[in-house]
Formats: sequence, C-alpha cells, structure tokens
Amino acid sequence: MKEGFRQSMAWLHTWSGLLVGWVLFMVFAAGTASYFKDEITFWMKPELHAVAQHAVPPAQAAEGAVAYLQRHGAGSPRWFINLPTERQPSTDVLYLAAPPPAAAGAAPAERPRRRFDRASLDPASGEAMSAPRATRGGEFFYRLHFDLHYMPALWARWIVGFCAMFMLVAIFSGIVTHKRIFKDFFTFRPKKGQRSWLDAHNVTAVLALPYHLMITYTGLVTLMFMYMPWGPQVAYKDRGGEQAFFAEAFPGSGRDQVKASGNKVPLAPLAPMLAQASAHWNGAAVGRITVHQPGDANAVVAITRAEGPQLSYDQPSMQFNGATGALIGAFGDVPRPAAETRGVLYGLHIGRFGDPLVRALFFLSGLAGCLMVATGLLLWAVKERQKFAKTLKQGGRIGFGLRLVDGLNVGAVAGLPVAMAAFFWANRLVPVDVAERGAVEIRWFFIVWGATAVLGLLRPTLRMWQAQLALGALLFVLLPVLNAFTGPAPLSVSLRSGPSAVAGFDLVAIALGLGLASAVWIVERKRRKSLARQAGAVAKAGPAAQPALVTSEQGS
Amino acid sequence: MTAGVRYRLGVASRAVAAIAGGYGVAALSAAVLALCLPAAFGMARSEAVTTGTLASFIVFALAVMWVFAARSAVRAWSGLAVAAAPLAVLLFVLLRITGGAA
Repeated sequence: MKEGFRQSMAWLHTWSGLLVGWVLFMVFAAGTASYFKDEITFWMKPELHAVAQHAVPPAQAAEGAVAYLQRHGAGSPRWFINLPTERQPSTDVLYLAAPPPAAAGAAPAERPRRRFDRASLDPASGEAMSAPRATRGGEFFYRLHFDLHYMPALWARWIVGFCAMFMLVAIFSGIVTHKRIFKDFFTFRPKKGQRSWLDAHNVTAVLALPYHLMITYTGLVTLMFMYMPWGPQVAYKDRGGEQAFFAEAFPGSGRDQVKASGNKVPLAPLAPMLAQASAHWNGAAVGRITVHQPGDANAVVAITRAEGPQLSYDQPSMQFNGATGALIGAFGDVPRPAAETRGVLYGLHIGRFGDPLVRALFFLSGLAGCLMVATGLLLWAVKERQKFAKTLKQGGRIGFGLRLVDGLNVGAVAGLPVAMAAFFWANRLVPVDVAERGAVEIRWFFIVWGATAVLGLLRPTLRMWQAQLALGALLFVLLPVLNAFTGPAPLSVSLRSGPSAVAGFDLVAIALGLGLASAVWIVERKRRKSLARQAGAVAKAGPAAQPALVTSEQGS
Repeated sequence: MTAGVRYRLGVASRAVAAIAGGYGVAALSAAVLALCLPAAFGMARSEAVTTGTLASFIVFALAVMWVFAARSAVRAWSGLAVAAAPLAVLLFVLLRITGGAA
C-alpha cells in the first residue's frame, strides 16, 4: 500500500491485526484454557473431589455403560461410550435421541435437528453419577474457542476461520516486517511508551513464534475440509462427492451410516471385542466405543484406540459385528503420509498427546499468544493517539475510531478474564438444583463480559482498565478460597493428598490473579506518570512543554 | 476523484481481491493438486486431496500478501488472474481427462 514491500507488509499487519484482534484474543484465551479442559471440568464438579478414584477394568466400565444405555437409550440409532481415563474419571455416554416416528416422511430440511442426550456414569457401578452438579465445565471454553456462542456453529466456524486466516497473514507479514527478528527477541526497552508496547508485542510474538505459526495453521487444518471443500468435491465428483472422500480417507471413522434391518438381536458382549482390540494394538487402551444400531441384526461396534503419546489425532479403530461379535476389520493401522500429516497437525493443535508438562508449555505459549494479541491491539491505539497529540493539547477530542478501539480494548482484553473468573464463581455459587444449570453458568459469563464491555465503551480510561484488571485479579486469586469453602478439597488438602488436578487449578488461578495484579500496577505507574506530565505541562504553561509525548489520562 | 477517495477505493478493491480472489486461487490450487498429483505421481486420490487442501492455506496467505504488496490495485488483481488462469485451464483439462471416470 505504501512504498516498498516491507512498509506495505507493516500496513497489512497493522490493519488485518486490528480487524480481527478482539475475536482472536477470545479465541486464544478460550483455546489456552482448553488445554486443561478435563481438569477445569473436574474442578467444576467439587462433588467428585472427595471420591477416591479406583481404576476400573475397561470391560466392566463398558458393560456398565451398555446396561445404562439399554435402559435409557433403547431405540437410539447410535451410542457413544467414552471410557474413563486418568484425566477424565467418569464413563461418559452420549446417544442420539431416537427418531420420532412422524419425522420419517418429512422432507430432510424440515427434520428437526437431532439431539444428543448425555450422561456421566460411575465406571464401577454403571449408574449415572447423581452427585456432580450440572455444568458444561471446560467444554464451554473448548466450544467457545471455535463455535462461539449464541449463534449457529457453522457461522461461528466461518468467522473464527476468517480470523485465523487473517492471523496467518498477520504472522507472515509480521515476520516480513521484521528486519531484525532475531535481535528483537532480546530487545525490551521498558518505560518508553510506544517503544515498550512495540517491544512487548515483539517479545511475546517472537518468543513463541513457532507456536503461533503452528497453532494458527493447524487450527485451520482442524476444519480444513469445511473451509476448503473443493479438493474432495472435484476429485470425488464421480463417486458421490465428499462423503465418498471421507469414507476413503478416514476408513472406519463411522461417517458411513449403518442402516437398521428391523430384526431385533441382542447386542453381543463387548468384553471380548475390547480384549481383541487392545491385543491388536499391543495392549494400548480403548478410548471410545461407538455402537451403530444397537439391538439390531445389523449392529456394528466400532472401537477406537485411546489417546496415547502419539502426535497424531487419528487413532486406529476396529469394527465388530454387533450381533455376532465377529471382527469386521481393522482400520488405520498403516497410516498414509498425507493423512498422517494432517492427523499430526490436528494432534499438535489440540495437544492431547502431551503429558502435563508439555501441556503446561502449550498453556504458557497460549498465554503469550493472548499477550501478543493484547499488546498488538494496545499498540495500535497508542500509535493512533499520537496523531491526535496536537488536537488533544489544544483541548480537542480524539477521533471516533480511536475512541471505539479504546473502548473495545477494555472490554475485550481486561473484561474477558473477569468474565472467565465469573464463570467459575457462578459454578460454585449458583444453587445446585437450578434448572438448566449449565446454561445459567454460561449466562453469567456473558452477563459479566457484556457489563465490562459496556463500561469500557462508556469510559475507556486508565482508571477503567485498572478497575477491570483489579476485579479480574481479585476474582482469580480468591478462587482457591471459594474452592475451600464450597468443595471438599482446599489447597491444604489437595496439595498433600490430591486430587492434583484441583491443586493445579487453584495454583494456576492464583498465578493468573497475580499476573493481572501486576498489570494493574503497571497501569498505575503509567497513570501517575501521565498525571505528573500533565501537571508539569500546566506548570510550564508553554507550548514548548512536552512535545508529542503528551498522552491524556485516557487511553493506553 | 480526490486522492483520499481513490486511496480508499484502492484499499477496498484490494480487500476484495485478497479475501475473494485469494480464496479463489487457493481453492483452484486445492482442486488442481487433488487431480494432478495422482495423474503425475501416482499418489492415492484421498492422499492427493489431503495434500492439496493442506497446501491451499499457504497459497491463500501468500496470495493475500501479494495483493497488498503489489504497487497498485490493478496490478494486484492482474497478478491473481495470472496465477488463476493456468490453474483454471489445468483444472478444466484434468476434469476432461479424468472426466468423472478416474
């Protein structure tokens, strides 16, 4: 746009970054939290903290789940059973609601959306856990990360994908913009106004650059066939398009529908199938069991290997005849290069292969990503403000654009941690027997976030930044206290005898709170300085006082 | 037309070129790779589709960068056309050859 390649890339970086920055900040924050979504969910069900976790043989957990589903999900065309893992101690079942008989003749477009019913079962007894409160837990952040909320998931995924594509462009152009990308890595000039924001942006961006590049690209890869369906459509035009492609590229993934025959045949016992699958995978555990058309003569049981230390997201699977228990086939044992590449990219994005330490590093990199986006947004406002330096000095006002950005920055950056903390507080303070309790917690998240956004737009001042950051700090630091009063595992207990997930959550909450508190302190220093400068300018009362550096009390 | 209006129109035109044009070029590259990799290297079809789709996002990003690096909006558009034309021809030919029978 301007002269020269580097300048035009700087322009592109600035504007593409601003356009999508607020959404990206939320996507980064929610995605970062999702690395520990199982632990977050566990923390949000304090009723489970006191229960000692006994390892239950997978066959017993599976049989218990089947018994439960036969009672509650009979007539459902598909059951999903997620066997318990170390991170996720309950057996989670999900079943498609049985199709209502009237819907059979209706046109496909009119058919109401199929609903899933879900339940968490005690692996030992196979009974629904009555104890834990209804909550979406960490799953809320996971879904927020790419499905947003209060809108159709399809739109949301396009919006998030659009932002991710901009982010990829912003990263590429950001790299090009940098003459001294290696040197910048070691450069930080604190207390220098715009310079410092630029350095902070550079440090957080460059420090975790491999991560940012990886996470943005792999994020697009997770939904790539939705964003870019043209390859499958063109190459499989003759064989029924995308469906045929998925069946060929991901064999055994269960996208192919199993039709019911109408003949009722009891489901074959799962235990031998589990044993056979596990033996086939050299003793690796079973993760998910899918039963297509349970109780029908055509029933198919698909068994997928549990997540392990492999990078790839695609797990091999085996299929069995649900009526006889005979093996139908094994899939994905010999991965093909491109499919495996995609699987690894996908796996890298969700980071479930790693042990807690690796995921903690991902978490830290995600936080660096949040800081990168936040400092980038603030840098835009600081730069833009300089254009108004003269107007401001003469008592004028800043432009509408800058004011809007200032306001949105407060709500998006400082308000989001407050809302996330409020979600956790709602989890413990909303009565356990409220109807639609999971939705109520989520509503509190959005009420608080909306309030911070409105306040930020009304008064985008440093004081407002401080107030919201301080509130966020307070809410996070006090989460362990809340946990101590509303759950059976306060830090004093969980640090000594577990559950370690609860201890980890509490410690991270304290660390995040302290981080936000230090942000309050940074803003306070800045506010004092700009006040002092204003006072100085008034005292000197001359036009020569403090050229160009003047920043009003407003702004970043 | 004042310089300011012209500048803004230029930016708007480039934004369309980057988003719609860039996507178009990326989509074409995904489709062409999906068809030509099996023809040229004997790659399995599902593998070629996955490879093409994985690569298309890089193509997209590079196309967007080109659009904003070009000296003028007209040059940006013509650059996209230069990239898209051979891809479109190739796609047309490949579709005729493999013509739903591959």
